[in-house]
Amino acid sequence: MPAKGYVEIDIERCKGCGLCVLSCPTDCLALNTSDTNSYGLHYAYLDDEDKCIACMNCAVICPDAAITVYKKEEDRKEQRS
Amino acid sequence: MKEGYKLIYEGPKTLVDRRMHYCPGCFHATIHKLLMEVIEEMDIQEKTVGVCPVGCSVFAYDYMDVDMQEAAHGRAAAVATGIKRMLPDRFVFSYQGDGDLAAIGTAETLHACNRGENFTFIFINNGIYGMTGGQMAPTTLEGQKTSTSPYGRDPEKIGLPMKMAEIVSQFDRVAYVERVSCDTPAHARKAKKALRTAFEYQGKKLGTTFVEVASNCPSGWKMTPEESLKWLQERVFPYYPLKVFKKPEKEEA
Amino acid sequence: MGELRLMKGNEALGEAAIRAGLQGYFGYPITPQSEVIEYLAQQEPHHNYTLLQAESEVAAVNMMYGAGGAGARVLTTTSSPGFSLMQEGISYIAAAEIPCLFCNVVRGGPGLGTIQPSQSDYFQSTKGGGHGDYHPIVLAPNSVQETVDFVYLGFELADKYRTPVTILSDGAIGQMMEKVVLPDPIEYKPNKPWATTGKTKDRERNILTSLYIQSEDMEKKNIKLQKKYEKIKKNEVRYEEYNTEDAEIIITSFGLTSRVCKKTVDVGRKEGMKIGLFRPQILWPFPWNRLGEYGDKNHVKFFISIEMNAGQMVEDVKLAVCGKKPVHFYGRMGGIVPDPIEVLEHIKKIKE
Repeated sequence: MPAKGYVEIDIERCKGCGLCVLSCPTDCLALNTSDTNSYGLHYAYLDDEDKCIACMNCAVICPDAAITVYKKEEDRKEQRS
Repeated sequence: MKEGYKLIYEGPKTLVDRRMHYCPGCFHATIHKLLMEVIEEMDIQEKTVGVCPVGCSVFAYDYMDVDMQEAAHGRAAAVATGIKRMLPDRFVFSYQGDGDLAAIGTAETLHACNRGENFTFIFINNGIYGMTGGQMAPTTLEGQKTSTSPYGRDPEKIGLPMKMAEIVSQFDRVAYVERVSCDTPAHARKAKKALRTAFEYQGKKLGTTFVEVASNCPSGWKMTPEESLKWLQERVFPYYPLKVFKKPEKEEA
Repeated sequence: MGELRLMKGNEALGEAAIRAGLQGYFGYPITPQSEVIEYLAQQEPHHNYTLLQAESEVAAVNMMYGAGGAGARVLTTTSSPGFSLMQEGISYIAAAEIPCLFCNVVRGGPGLGTIQPSQSDYFQSTKGGGHGDYHPIVLAPNSVQETVDFVYLGFELADKYRTPVTILSDGAIGQMMEKVVLPDPIEYKPNKPWATTGKTKDRERNILTSLYIQSEDMEKKNIKLQKKYEKIKKNEVRYEEYNTEDAEIIITSFGLTSRVCKKTVDVGRKEGMKIGLFRPQILWPFPWNRLGEYGDKNHVKFFISIEMNAGQMVEDVKLAVCGKKPVHFYGRMGGIVPDPIEVLEHIKKIKE
């Protein structure tokens, strides 16, 4: 089932604090332990794209305003059913 | 943007587009962001003047895209008083840490509250002096270790932590006092609501508004961001409860 | 005799104070000297002094007044913005004649400034700083060792003359690590019959005040203070002379900058220049007389004061030289430390 939403995380703004990972209700975020940004920090990323429900918890909790959230436009057919 | 999706959240434009210097996980950054969202949503950027403190947030004016004045350590309440008295139709806020508001600035804070100065206090209480290297604050918890309480805060020697939200609620002309936090998305949303409420009451000239944020300091507390949330939840909130301490009886002046 | 250690300036200051019989420390964190209170907080359980982190520097200086007035050996440390807050208190302490030791670890200013080292508080420290006719004794160390030695000296002078003493350090000396010989701890047994410890049947009550409403009384008090300052001027001058015996150019410098200038002298001498360094170690009382003697010497062509400010000690140099020879100035501000060659180049330009 396609995701209800997705997020973009600004890799350089992200400080790898991990609060978004903690706050995500579907556990779709993770810290990239095999890569760092130019500050040497393990940034967060959308690990499991199918699970995002566009709840915005991550964006709300992110201290650095590093997250942008997108939500799927509602499909007419799906609305009726 | 992907096909078939719409943007539902991005950082506020009133937050300057640059990386903030705060430590990973620090609520200073969170509150900067939430406050700037409120200013954007209320469309008052052109009518807002802020006062920043001495402490980790001394550089707040690098991040908040509003006119700001740097105050000497502890004097933000007096500086904000000066601004608001001269420009009563502007939205004026002071943004202070626990050393600034509750140690060196206690006199200025209490007197501004007693006079009922119509500006908003934003008080970031993280129980430590972060910028200067992690010394004890008036709000450091009993038993908490800091660089000037290396054996734990001893109330016998220096008293218990000060509860500023509780104290300022006593003043007649203080209209609205709430303590909030940003440890969970739900709490962060409530914090934003509190900031918005404070500004709305300021707009209605109801008196002093005071939002205290029970905040963290992973670096000073020597914890990871995740551990700092646990400390807040297990140790800080029982002593510093999150609640509304005072709100205006009438919502119009 | 003493203990050899590698220590950071701020921590060495704290350790020296403990060994010199510290009884009370009242301070507030401020960069670049927060290590002093942190060190003393760490050491507190092992010694007998009282340590209190005050709510502000205004509170701290008044705690000093109270504790010093109660007869205790007291110290506070701060940096420029905090030292400004203490000026009112120091005026009161000078007037009530209470022995107190201050240390200002100077940072760049004015205003909130920077945390880098500076020497821009010279005027504030030597000309009084607060209101009224008074002078704290001002000691200017240029190394961690001298800081330690001046803690001992500062406490002694404060007690001897019942006056505030300021150690004028800077951010670099406070932060640098150097070898230091720590003197043996002393057993401090004060004899202060004037202190407010409780009026016993054998004496009148002790009053510590600075209020003299009647002009005649106020003048009498000021004359007494001035007599004291004359005594201090006579007895407590201290300076260092480096290669000045035949110097054509005399550099005057204090604190950190004097170390830069020592190197300038060495390099200059190697190049055949007759250049020397006159370093006041005590800034008030300033060595006016001794420096003035150089003004009379035929071999001296000019003086130049090298400082990390916009030109402060140079005014005292001019006073001392009294127009007999030209007095020049070169300085850097904002926390920038001049380097020895930069100073030498500037001196060469003047020479031409």
